[in-house]
Amino acid sequence: MKNGKKVVIGVIGSDCHAVGNKIIHHVLETNGFEVVNIGVLSPQIDFINAAVETKADAIIVSSLYGHGELDCQGMREKCEEAGLKDIVLYVGGNIVVGKQDWTDVESRFKAMGFNRVYRPGTPIEITTEHLKADLGI
Amino acid sequence: MKCYLTIDFGSTYTKLTAIDVAGERILATAKDITTVEDDIMIGFDNAYRKLVNRIEKELPISQVEFVDKIACSSAAGGLKMVAIGLVPELTAEAAKKAALGAGARVIKTYSYELNSHEMLEIKNSAVDIILLAGGTDGGNKECIIHNAKLIVEHNIDKPVVVAGNKAASDEVERIFAESNIDYYLAENVMPKINKLNVEPAREEIRKVFMNKIIEAKGMKKAEDFISGILMPTPAAVLKAAEVLSEGTDDEDGIGDLIIVDIGGATTDIHSIGKGDPTKAGVLLKGLEDPFAKRTVEGDLGMRYSAISLLEAGGTRKIRAYLNDIDKQWDVKGMCNYRHDHIKMVPQTKEEILFDEAMAKVATELSMTRHCGVLECIYTPMGTMFNQTGKDLLNAPYIIGTGGVIVHSENPRGILEAGKFNPAEPIHLKPENPKFMVDKTYILSSMGLLAQSNPDLAVKIMKKYLIEV
Repeated sequence: MKNGKKVVIGVIGSDCHAVGNKIIHHVLETNGFEVVNIGVLSPQIDFINAAVETKADAIIVSSLYGHGELDCQGMREKCEEAGLKDIVLYVGGNIVVGKQDWTDVESRFKAMGFNRVYRPGTPIEITTEHLKADLGI
Repeated sequence: MKCYLTIDFGSTYTKLTAIDVAGERILATAKDITTVEDDIMIGFDNAYRKLVNRIEKELPISQVEFVDKIACSSAAGGLKMVAIGLVPELTAEAAKKAALGAGARVIKTYSYELNSHEMLEIKNSAVDIILLAGGTDGGNKECIIHNAKLIVEHNIDKPVVVAGNKAASDEVERIFAESNIDYYLAENVMPKINKLNVEPAREEIRKVFMNKIIEAKGMKKAEDFISGILMPTPAAVLKAAEVLSEGTDDEDGIGDLIIVDIGGATTDIHSIGKGDPTKAGVLLKGLEDPFAKRTVEGDLGMRYSAISLLEAGGTRKIRAYLNDIDKQWDVKGMCNYRHDHIKMVPQTKEEILFDEAMAKVATELSMTRHCGVLECIYTPMGTMFNQTGKDLLNAPYIIGTGGVIVHSENPRGILEAGKFNPAEPIHLKPENPKFMVDKTYILSSMGLLAQSNPDLAVKIMKKYLIEV
């Protein structure tokens, strides 16, 4: 059953981990979301352009190679610039280098404007539930 | 004898081709100056007389029965379009690709919600058709509706082909229908992100061209004699390329191919093929290219665009092709001369050499712009490559057409400039293609013939395109 909500997903930056991306796609789809998958190696602007054209409700950014922090900077500002004023913005994966204190990492990404930030190993099912809650399904 | 007659009302010449159906051959060809200012039929009649003379050397014209008379046209500036989309890299680019494939010259591409200033620019330009896109199916509706309203507000009296978000098309239709805008609906040029769907829009553009544009350009009279002007000439060339590549049920095609068409004002490249990566570890990026893709380089041409060709290539590139180490040639002067003397036909050995050097620059640059490009990325998993556009490394054929190639004694030399260059390995141009030349100038004619008799068109092209 479709729930009428649309999510842009993809792997940001110079990161080409394709398997997790496919799993996210599959799980979101079985939960009724319409998924716009822009694939791996995607710069911020590709997420935003896709969200503009498709009038998406949310963007989920994946990053596994440790450089997520660099790749995600300024994304919320660019969303606003593109007219995606209140779009729901998530990020997850191995988003920072090395073992860092999670609360610190989370607060840094939240300050960047991400609504939810997921630590390594978070099952996509949890994100799916959050997404349903945040989009009022 | 049953024959087809194809007519190409070009910007300079009106070219006639008579095709013998049973003999599967070109019976005769003839051309004369296009007379679009006075009456297009004068030039046609002149060319027709020549054609009849040539046919009569073989058999009386009374024995020839023209079963179909079909025409294409690029006269009076050809088909000029603007493309409107939402995001420049996405629907605006898709709309541009659709218009190019329909044989249009795309004057400008617009994106996002337009303002009055831009709409006035469109209104005051000499555009023939507007292609209005925006939003994937089920995606953004506001932008295309805003632009539709603006078109009404500014009372645009050009035909509009709507090929955007299907969820918005009812609303756009209502807006246009209420205000007598001449509009046509087609499927979305980009139904999903990065997924192109250009054929339906192309078909709609072709219909509008046939029914409206021809009339507007004073070519209605031609329709009394012929069965109709079916399409713009570049669309006919693309059609010929498509049918030659893919073949028909009864006649095999020759596979992927590229056509290089160098003209006085532009250089067109047509490629048929999927263009998937040929090497491992390459990921596709961005908007896919159409299977039958056409690009037009408005700054690369032998006459009208001689100066911009010099600017694009630089004197160094032209000198390199001239083998001019001591800088003996007045490169700038010769380009200027060609720009000021549009009808110049090279006579001396020097003039011919210079024209060929220009043609090589046009071929090299237009192929670089047409073919896909690789971008190297360093990742924790090693070096990866992003491919944008088509990988044409293994394309088996490059076919040359256009005056400078057709009349050249060394067409292969010109076409070789479009090959893969090991010094610039990121440009995915053909590595080991065979070269063919459209010696009898039949490509546009065969595109027209392919509409009614594709088998015959493929057979004749295989016979008349000469390997060099």
